[in-house]
Amino acid sequence: MDALTPDVKRRLYRSVFRLRRIEERLADLYREQTMRTPAHFGVGQEAVASGVCEALGARDVVYSHHRCHNHYLARGGKLAGLAAELYGRIDGCARGRGGSVHLTARDQGFIVSSAILGQTVAVACGSALAFRMDGVPGVAVSFFGEATCEEGVFYESLNYAAINRLPVLFVCENNLYSTESPLSVRQPAGTALTDRAAAFKVEAHQVDGNDVFEVWNAARHAVDSIRSGGGPVFLECMTYRWLEHVGPKFDHEAGRSYRSREELDHWIARCPVRHARERLLAEGLVSKAELDAWSDAVEQEIDDAVATARDSAWPDAADLFENVH
Amino acid sequence: MRELTYAAALSEGCVQAMERDPAIFVTGIAVDYPSGIFGTTDEALKRFGPSRVFDAPAMENALTGIAIGAAVMGKRPVIVHPRNDFMFLAFDQLINLAAKWRYMYGGRAGTVPMVVRAVIGKGWGQGATHSQSLQAPLAHFPGLKVLMPACPQDAKGLTLAALQDDSPVVILEHRSLYGLTGPVDEAPLPTPIGKARIAREGRDLTIVAASAMVVEALRAAEELAREGVSVEVVDVRTIRPLDTDTILTSIRKTGRLLVTDTSWAFCGLSAEVAAVASEKAFDALKGPVRRLAVADCPAPVSEPLEAAFYPRASTIARAVFAMLGKTSAAFDGIDAEDNFKGPY
Repeated sequence: MDALTPDVKRRLYRSVFRLRRIEERLADLYREQTMRTPAHFGVGQEAVASGVCEALGARDVVYSHHRCHNHYLARGGKLAGLAAELYGRIDGCARGRGGSVHLTARDQGFIVSSAILGQTVAVACGSALAFRMDGVPGVAVSFFGEATCEEGVFYESLNYAAINRLPVLFVCENNLYSTESPLSVRQPAGTALTDRAAAFKVEAHQVDGNDVFEVWNAARHAVDSIRSGGGPVFLECMTYRWLEHVGPKFDHEAGRSYRSREELDHWIARCPVRHARERLLAEGLVSKAELDAWSDAVEQEIDDAVATARDSAWPDAADLFENVH
Repeated sequence: MRELTYAAALSEGCVQAMERDPAIFVTGIAVDYPSGIFGTTDEALKRFGPSRVFDAPAMENALTGIAIGAAVMGKRPVIVHPRNDFMFLAFDQLINLAAKWRYMYGGRAGTVPMVVRAVIGKGWGQGATHSQSLQAPLAHFPGLKVLMPACPQDAKGLTLAALQDDSPVVILEHRSLYGLTGPVDEAPLPTPIGKARIAREGRDLTIVAASAMVVEALRAAEELAREGVSVEVVDVRTIRPLDTDTILTSIRKTGRLLVTDTSWAFCGLSAEVAAVASEKAFDALKGPVRRLAVADCPAPVSEPLEAAFYPRASTIARAVFAMLGKTSAAFDGIDAEDNFKGPY
């Protein structure tokens, strides 16, 4: 297994930083009301996507949920394809048919995301079953929010993966809220989701989902174990969504009161991007000049991708029935 | 040609497809029991073993998602529901994902070549939750193909066609047809999807029927012929895509239409066929379209209630007579004896 070398740390930081800037800038652009698709931005949750995706191999496949931009990008999906999809253009990754919640970058190993809770958890298990049947040493990764642990299909899938020791990595992003509902109305007091997974004989760990190095380490261990036939693993990554459930605003901007400003500030103080950057600087693994150069590169990438997306043609209404069976 | 039962034809279609395509596997509750889903999966298990025919926990929704996930990686899963009604639990995966996959991801995430077999129960007190027939809700959604074989030849042929198709396909099989015998090609000849079958030619009236109602319609047509009435029976075979050309051609030929279905009339297949006739062959119709479907209540259990619930050959024959303005004949004795043995 690879160790958390300086190169890996630098790569992980660049990944979380890139995701952060992309989501922040897309959210800013979203305010212009020209991206006509409900978008669930992942600002604050980058470390889960980056830490897990950077621990995967080329054969592995990733599935995601409604808050999927980070996973798509971290797995290698093209930014221009995401931006064009948000703008409803023909060069969108789903040719303007999917929108923000239905992304695909199959060639990069990001199979799909979908908007219905728990749906792709089962699908990931099916891809893992196919790996098993074909003798392919691939791992299927399922990203989902903690509210998916309230859906029946999640338990059906967990059970099936455990019985058949399928090569699946379940990655639960626990951001404490389902839309605006807190955990207190959704789980009995004292609940640990890792206990639920363990009850199905699935190895389960809780990690700091805002620490990209810790997530990477946990994912790396898990993927190695799964690939060597150890059966599925469940990772609960504790994190926090900074913006409203759907849309580009902070809750306080939108006048929402289900979370306090103090709680948000507490989590902003635990920012996964700043945490990773400070650690690199403290360990002398990066210079200020390098950080600036990386930042410039990301801003340029975003400028270019957004320009490309906006220049992309609209789908032709004559192609409305394209890809109907 | 040699004859097979509908069940043996389903089995043979699956086995021949599996011989040619190693990506096919069969799973679902009880598929590897010795009874082999009423004798339709046991031969496949014997030939291909438990790596390709295997049991599953009771998890209709996840199983459907698992089939999707395997299909997009290049497998060709067949999942089996011994009763239709359990498929409601799988509607999220089937309708929200499998049906939309190819379209919703712009064709960039591949296709979902999976087959869902589901058996419609009838009689012997199967009751409200073991006898439903889900073609209408399934066919409502673009992206699914919905097949209903009514004879052994099509049981095999549509199974073969489904297992060569790149879209998700649902095959609704009728339990009451499993013992039906008929000629079946030995060669693996697929029945074309989207093509109806003229099950009997006639001049005076068209009956469009699906699944087990084709058998009832043919029995009625035979009795009606004795009374001098010539009925054409169109077996739709495929609900989506519906072969409107064959249906409309028959309506234009006879000028009268009766539609009979294994499910309810309201918002159902019979409503769809009636609408097609009204929109596209109104000028050819000599009278109102008539629909015959199950009574508009949940399926009862008790025998006299069940008898009143299901339309049969005699119901169809009487309706045809009425549509033609005739009243004299009695059709009381024409119905097939129900020789189904319980419990399932």
